[in-house]
Amino acid sequence: MASSCTQLCLQGRNLLRSKAVARTWQYNTQVRHCITRGSSKILNDCSINNGNHTTSQTRQRWKQQMFCYSDLATKHLATEALENKNVEETSTANVVAYKSPLLPIRDAVSVPNMPLDLDAAAEVSALELISEEEAVSITFPSDFPPASISLKDYVDKSETLSKLVQLGVDLWKLEQRPNVGSMLLKLDFNTDVAPRLLFLKDIGVDESRFGHIITQNPFVLTDNLENLHSRVNFLKSQKFSSEIVASMVSRAPYILNFTVKRLDNRMGFYQQILKLSASNTRHILARLPRLLCGSLEPVKENLKVCEMELGFKENEIQHIVITVPKVLTANKKKLTQIFDFVHNTMKVPHDLIAKFPQVLNCRLMRIRERHQFLEYLGKAQYNPDLPNYISLERLVIMPNHVFCTELALAKSADFSLFQKTL
Amino acid sequence: MATPAIRMFRKIEGLFCVYKPAGVHWKLVRGSIETSLLKGLNATPSQPLPTEVRFLALPVSEAEAPKGLTLSAAFMPVLSKHPLVTGPEFQSIKVGVGHRLDASSSGVLVLAVGNGSKTLNNLYNTRVTRDYTLEGEFGTATDDFSHTGRIVERSTYGHITKDKLERVLAMLQGANQKALLLYSNVDMRSQEAYEMAVRGLLGPDGKSLPILTGLRCINFVPPNFTLEVQCINETQNYLRKVVHEIGLELRSTALCRGVRRTRDGLFTLQDALTRDHWAASDVIQAIGKKRSSKKKSKTQTKDSPLQPSEESTTVNQMKPVKEQQ
Repeated sequence: MASSCTQLCLQGRNLLRSKAVARTWQYNTQVRHCITRGSSKILNDCSINNGNHTTSQTRQRWKQQMFCYSDLATKHLATEALENKNVEETSTANVVAYKSPLLPIRDAVSVPNMPLDLDAAAEVSALELISEEEAVSITFPSDFPPASISLKDYVDKSETLSKLVQLGVDLWKLEQRPNVGSMLLKLDFNTDVAPRLLFLKDIGVDESRFGHIITQNPFVLTDNLENLHSRVNFLKSQKFSSEIVASMVSRAPYILNFTVKRLDNRMGFYQQILKLSASNTRHILARLPRLLCGSLEPVKENLKVCEMELGFKENEIQHIVITVPKVLTANKKKLTQIFDFVHNTMKVPHDLIAKFPQVLNCRLMRIRERHQFLEYLGKAQYNPDLPNYISLERLVIMPNHVFCTELALAKSADFSLFQKTL
Repeated sequence: MATPAIRMFRKIEGLFCVYKPAGVHWKLVRGSIETSLLKGLNATPSQPLPTEVRFLALPVSEAEAPKGLTLSAAFMPVLSKHPLVTGPEFQSIKVGVGHRLDASSSGVLVLAVGNGSKTLNNLYNTRVTRDYTLEGEFGTATDDFSHTGRIVERSTYGHITKDKLERVLAMLQGANQKALLLYSNVDMRSQEAYEMAVRGLLGPDGKSLPILTGLRCINFVPPNFTLEVQCINETQNYLRKVVHEIGLELRSTALCRGVRRTRDGLFTLQDALTRDHWAASDVIQAIGKKRSSKKKSKTQTKDSPLQPSEESTTVNQMKPVKEQQ
């Protein structure tokens, strides 16, 4: 390890002599500093490992550092190069000279090409004094990185992004979406973002929801303000009260990006396919506003499943949808599984399921466990005409400990023991 | 410096077991455990933002000279370290799974978080046995030996008595005992083999065919019966097949209604966490319990003389193996 260090020093010194480029010395010393730090770390570990092993390790580490450092140096020098042609020449010389300890062969080839006449530079030397005005007028490149994979590098420098973070926008989620990161960077806070936030505040959205809305739908910030106004006005013209509009917007932010025509079509679709009155449709949409934003095909499929596979009548489907609108977006496989269990194993007729549609919104595992527990205790009685009737709603919506104490009249510890016998 | 989340993660690292319900794939169980652990980890309070000195340009009025650039130093939080920008501290944790359970079987499933996966490997290298209870039913045979499969045969079962069933089980156990000796790679006539057999260490190294080390009927109400099985290197389908073969051996047919694992190595049903207890705090508690019990057993073994007690070896062959690791 020590030998490798000395070798490096010797190489560096040789280079210095041959080229007399002052900067190389600086870099070399820095690199050497790095290496000595790295090697001292390894010295501590040395007691465990044997000598040969450590030298190879140091060499590897040294190489890594060298590569990293050379990359940094090239970047740094490249920016400098824009300003001064003279510096460019020296800088390239530096880079090559610097790399040379690693790649001595390439160095030998590149040396003859280097113009080393530094005094021939036409412009003023860097050491010469300049006046105050000139100093102020020197423009230095901004530290805005030209390209990055993450918004992290821009947050501290961009006003928009830092304000968005303060609003509570999840930037790490947004940067994963294609093109959203660059879109956010191009925005100006005062002209683009602030008016839209004021608009959201005007329609009654709570400030704490701003972060959520922008995280869900960053395109609110790029849409035309007039369009946003017209969409909200359309919703209000459909007799949604202003509080409901606010809650719809905050729960399903994509509503703001749908054109008035499309929103109208979708509302018409729900009213038509469910054959509901206007007020009931409004009620469903207010409870589950994401129905307006999502695809309509799964909704049609679910209705067909309810009608043909599960055999509900039209008025029963209407009742189910009005009480639990989520059935429309549920997984149809899950729906059939739950229905199969409730109807065929628990022997609950259609009309009772339609009366308590919360069952369809629950995990199958939960219904099964609870039903089996009640059956084990001899309390599984779902017929309202007989004594000790247990309604499906009460079976499903209670959390476990309440279910144990109120319905099963057992300890929760017993229930968890029972779960372990299934 | 360790953040609260990292400190919490160190508490989570280790082995614990959950109760896998029937009808759920083990990957789903692992996934939901992982998400609940992540939720717990990322709910810990985040570090306060580091501050840096920034030179802020004060607004310069037009009247002043353009060159009068006024700067003021201020401490500003570094927003690039904000949790909303960097994302949650833990984006994924690796959760290792012990001996698998297929979708239709239920029971104890061992999981390992962090450096627990190494321990998990060590655990399974020590050749641990597992306990199962098998629910069987005489009279029908299906193509996949379980009750959900397509029925291929029906038969009578009136002639089967508990006595006959136990005779078949004893025969099966004997055959498996022979297989255990066969796979143990030791010369049966050597002193070494004798000593290992006395300590109950004979057994296959690594992979082998499934071997049943114990078989017992714990419930017999025709057509239903329940078996308790201890085994090595088994799969749940193999156990179903065993039930099927017991049926054939009794001149009838049988199918398996359920496979339930009641013990996996040291992990028993009592330690298993049910679905409501899959949050990070419960897991920490379970792991802490396991650690403290391990420490206790270590201090006990230090006190006791090194020779294994004779009784325990003769009663249960595999017990010393468990204690060794």
